[in-house]
Amino acid sequence: MSRTVPGERGEEASPARQAPPEGWGVFGATVVLDRTTALDDVTLATPRGEVTAVVGGDGAGKTTLLRTLVGRVRVSAGRVSAPPPVRCGFMPTGASGVWLDLSVAENLDFVAAAHRIGGRALADRRAELLAAAGLAGAVDRLAQDLSGGMRQKLAFCLAILHRPDLLVLDEPSTGVDPVSRVDLWRLISRAAAEDTAVVMATTYLDEAERATTCLVLDHGATLASGAPAAILAGTPGTLTTGRAPAGPAELSWRRGYETRSWHPGPPRDGEEPISADMEDSVIAYTLAAQHSGDAS
Amino acid sequence: MWAMILKEFLELRRDRRTMAMIIALPLLLLVIFGYAANFRVDDLKTRVVGPQAAQVAQQLEPPFDVTSVRPAEGRADGEKALRSEKAAVVVVTSARPGPPTALIDGSQLFSAQSASAAAAASNGALRPQVLFNPHLKTSWVMVPGLVGMIMAFIGTIVTAIGLVRERQAGTLEQLAVMPFRPSDVIAGKIAPYFVLAAVDMVLVTVIGCLLFGVPFSGNVAVFALGAALFLFVVLGLGVLISTLSQNQGQAMQMALMTVMPQILLSGMIFPLTAMAAGVRWIGYVLPLTYFNMISNGVMLRNAPISSLALPLGVLAFMAVLVFSGAVLRFRRDLAPSAPRAVPAKAPALAGEAR
Repeated sequence: MSRTVPGERGEEASPARQAPPEGWGVFGATVVLDRTTALDDVTLATPRGEVTAVVGGDGAGKTTLLRTLVGRVRVSAGRVSAPPPVRCGFMPTGASGVWLDLSVAENLDFVAAAHRIGGRALADRRAELLAAAGLAGAVDRLAQDLSGGMRQKLAFCLAILHRPDLLVLDEPSTGVDPVSRVDLWRLISRAAAEDTAVVMATTYLDEAERATTCLVLDHGATLASGAPAAILAGTPGTLTTGRAPAGPAELSWRRGYETRSWHPGPPRDGEEPISADMEDSVIAYTLAAQHSGDAS
Repeated sequence: MWAMILKEFLELRRDRRTMAMIIALPLLLLVIFGYAANFRVDDLKTRVVGPQAAQVAQQLEPPFDVTSVRPAEGRADGEKALRSEKAAVVVVTSARPGPPTALIDGSQLFSAQSASAAAAASNGALRPQVLFNPHLKTSWVMVPGLVGMIMAFIGTIVTAIGLVRERQAGTLEQLAVMPFRPSDVIAGKIAPYFVLAAVDMVLVTVIGCLLFGVPFSGNVAVFALGAALFLFVVLGLGVLISTLSQNQGQAMQMALMTVMPQILLSGMIFPLTAMAAGVRWIGYVLPLTYFNMISNGVMLRNAPISSLALPLGVLAFMAVLVFSGAVLRFRRDLAPSAPRAVPAKAPALAGEAR
């Protein structure tokens, strides 16, 4: 397996580095695990050089979707197109891919050895990643002594060490302080800039807005997908804001000092609809799905 | 308080293995101690050799159980038979007048004690002579067994925790997406403990021999071969337990469940020959039983490798079995979780669930 560095890519590209014409991703995937439908006809394309975000609440199917991409879950129906597992990088949720009894350097060395990276290539790559992740001062610290944010960044470094073609991140920033989140985003953007296909699950909707494309999942089904702007533009129903709920309590939610209210259909007389941000939009999509579900 | 009691019962009900252990363990202990805990050996496999073998064999009474009579053989052949454990006692007759000599295998402590007692009670009809452990010291018999017991203890328990720890920490998922084969992971898990346990084994054997004056009369290479095979079995057993357990507590429990019977039923404490047949057969499926035969045979009797072919072969077979089991089971862990439904039916099922 040839490892390419930026700039050299192209001439020596191994077959694994070339995505099929329709690109990598999960197409029309249905996953039934233990008789519950974890994914229902979900399609997610993961083009190279782009960050794709998977958004949704707990149990929405985000982790299952990511696991199908790295070959850890088989689909019951549909198709998965991904590089061979060796060319994928996977960061499981909660930095659980880090060996706590090993130091930062030992963690990196172990993963490098598994991918048969050594010598100069390893030394360079390690220094580069440690500097980028702000872990250079913590090389000899045990992973269990790292703060949550540092551990997540280490987990990210482990996933990307071998320059995977497809980088799959399961909630990389959950539970991480704002400063470390900025660091993590810088690392993610860098990976995408190096022509890696990046897929990340997140519960932070401001992060989803920064992705190239977004997939909103709820109970294993697709609520919306596309560029963030398109998702916002397609927000169903009418969204208003005010001091108090404008309709039934279950269709209202607090945002800071204000209360958002939503109802299906076009604005009623006297209403001043506002344009949704990602958080409002995802809630509106979710409510709309529940509403149509109740109606049928 | 009721709430606390109820919660405890609920938790206990979920933990099936602990429940099973609480109920099964007392019964198991009762049966094992009842049928196995017997230090008195009533049947002694006896071979009679020498010119008057036929006549002397007629006169021997229980506990001597004459299994073969070989007038053509002499004392040297008799010793060889004892070394190879073909008999527990060899009565050597001679053409000259005087009582025949009863050569007794001292490496089997309790049969040897029975034999010497019976010979002493024969009013001079037999002249007892204990070989391999002339003073019938318990420590001489215990040290070879202890070497194996310590290995079983350390080997099984330490490795049982290994993979479970990765599973609990979540790093097993990471290993699954890394370019490793299941056998790579298992070999990696075992190698360090194999080295440590081997060092441990040498240490225990050497110090045991020095402290208790146990002779090491046999071939070191045969002992090493047996020890290596036995180590593979106990370490593999540990890994197998590890792949079968969801958490460290379960792994520890299961490891103890395999080690305990080995200590009690391997013949190290209670002689196998004195056990009830049912319990003895349990002993014959335990690896420590076979290692015991090897270490006891090599250290005390200088047993030739040909006579140890059976235990060596059984240990090798067990090693292969345990490792195949562990690798197969672990492959299932590393394999992608397969959906239950047949692909064609999935949409229908999905429709139902929604």
